[in-house]
Amino acid sequence: MTFDPDAAEDATRPVLEARDLVVRRGGREVLSIAKFGVSRHGTVAVVGPNGAGKSTLLLALALLVGPQEGSVLLKGQLVTPRLALHLRRRIGLVLAAPMLLDTTVRRNVAAGLRFRGIGGRQADVRVDEWLDRLGVLALRDRSARELSSGEAQRVSLARAFVLEPEVLLLDEPFASVDAAARSQLIDDTGRLLRETPRATVLVTHDLDEAGRLGTRMSVIINGRLRQDAPPEVVLSEPCDEDVAAFVGVQTRLPGRITSIDDGLAVVEVGGGRIEAISAFGIGQQVMCCLRPEDVTLRLSGQSSQPMPTTSARNRLSGVITKIVGKGPFVQVSVDCGAKVVADVTKASANEMGLREGDLVEATFKATAVHLIGLTL
Amino acid sequence: MDELIQITLLSLGVSGIATAISLLIGLPLGTVLALSVFRSRGIVLSVVNTGMALPPVVAGLAIALLLWRSGPLGDLNLIYTPSAIILAEVVIATPVILGLSAAGIGQLDPRLQVQLQGLGASRMQTVFWLWREARLSLLAALMAGFGSVISEVGAAMMVGGNISGQTRVLTTAMVLDVGRGNFGAAIQLAGILLALAFLVNGILTWAQQSGKRH
Repeated sequence: MTFDPDAAEDATRPVLEARDLVVRRGGREVLSIAKFGVSRHGTVAVVGPNGAGKSTLLLALALLVGPQEGSVLLKGQLVTPRLALHLRRRIGLVLAAPMLLDTTVRRNVAAGLRFRGIGGRQADVRVDEWLDRLGVLALRDRSARELSSGEAQRVSLARAFVLEPEVLLLDEPFASVDAAARSQLIDDTGRLLRETPRATVLVTHDLDEAGRLGTRMSVIINGRLRQDAPPEVVLSEPCDEDVAAFVGVQTRLPGRITSIDDGLAVVEVGGGRIEAISAFGIGQQVMCCLRPEDVTLRLSGQSSQPMPTTSARNRLSGVITKIVGKGPFVQVSVDCGAKVVADVTKASANEMGLREGDLVEATFKATAVHLIGLTL
Repeated sequence: MDELIQITLLSLGVSGIATAISLLIGLPLGTVLALSVFRSRGIVLSVVNTGMALPPVVAGLAIALLLWRSGPLGDLNLIYTPSAIILAEVVIATPVILGLSAAGIGQLDPRLQVQLQGLGASRMQTVFWLWREARLSLLAALMAGFGSVISEVGAAMMVGGNISGQTRVLTTAMVLDVGRGNFGAAIQLAGILLALAFLVNGILTWAQQSGKRH
């Protein structure tokens, strides 16, 4: 049997997929993924805490690490270890560190082409084109040693993009770039991925980056794939408490559904009652999840101040226990029997004069509450 | 004067050939040692390190026992020939080149190998680029290997026999001259040896500095 993935090309299939993948290191199982795939024009952002196994998954997809069990398929064809080189000639890999070779920028970018036997004028044209697209054409004849972190990573990206691979594997490609240059580089990469769509796996610990570049988000925690969905779904409807915690859902109130009326459930939580949209039945134990930006605070006992919005159906009272700065916001923790966290703009926090110990009311819409079913 | 040139050329030839053979053996083995993970790696490494500190006279003795007329390879009639010296010098230089090249390649970032393979490099292409990245260490290994045999005297004496016009090299000639009290000749030979050492180190230093500029 010959290895010819193109013969069986099927647009609906993932370009690259993994099944029942297990990677062990020193006898310990570090990754166990039942199913993972990336479609032809999709960018899967693989997110998760440090050490969750994200990079291991990426390297396992290229058969650069293990896997001890399971299979990797390119366009539906099994890639055996003997065929690893055929697979790698169809991918482009970018690591967190630029890993440039000690030669000129041009020869770095041409390296992968040379591995594929592409040289001469054809290679030169492609190298120049991609150096230009990444904005580093002017550095063409410089030594790779002289580059800044941002420039070096642009060269590393050009080195992968120039291969015009079927699958791009990017492992924290912006992590080594200093903050000032990072945002621009993320934008530029996003633009290139839109202009020349190709199956891309992007490993990152940064949710912002994942949201900007990913068409899907795969959350890996402790070596397991916990959720795989469009980024906005993962952010607003995490499937379990660990994912909720990872994606920044800071308010997680355990409770029980006591009544349901027209899809609107009433959940008894420690500090009161919460109305939420629910598909669960009465008696179900649930976790009420709330993103901090969906919670509004106002000082209690100021009846002169009108309710901000009438559609905010839920109201919990409590005492402010902690206020911490978070960019343009302050993050306020309120003890309402259980902890509720709200992001308030610095301006309005000053206006209200919020201080630790103040009694406040936290309000939020029923639609902002996401319920996770708990099995006891 | 003719004899001096002949001795110098023989020294250079014997040591050069021995270093080249040692490179052919030591570099591939050193590469494998640096890149592979196996259970007895620690043992192999300590054997190599012991080899690097191997007293040349011990290597000479081993080759002499092997090539002696009544020895296992006695029928080859190699004892007291330049080939015998080359053989002994290979035994001396191979562990040096193997050990230093393994160390040089081992110092490279392990992610570099992953990166190269992730760009589609075959095994040989990967090794080629790793050698290129470690080129200064490999050059140093080569120079150290050459240095260890050009200045060696014990083994060359034992298996070469210091036969005038056949196996007399710079170091063995010096031993003989000093023994006879021919200090003038010995000093001349010493000058040549020093010049060679200077040349070898000069090339190495030049290569390292031009490597840094790049």
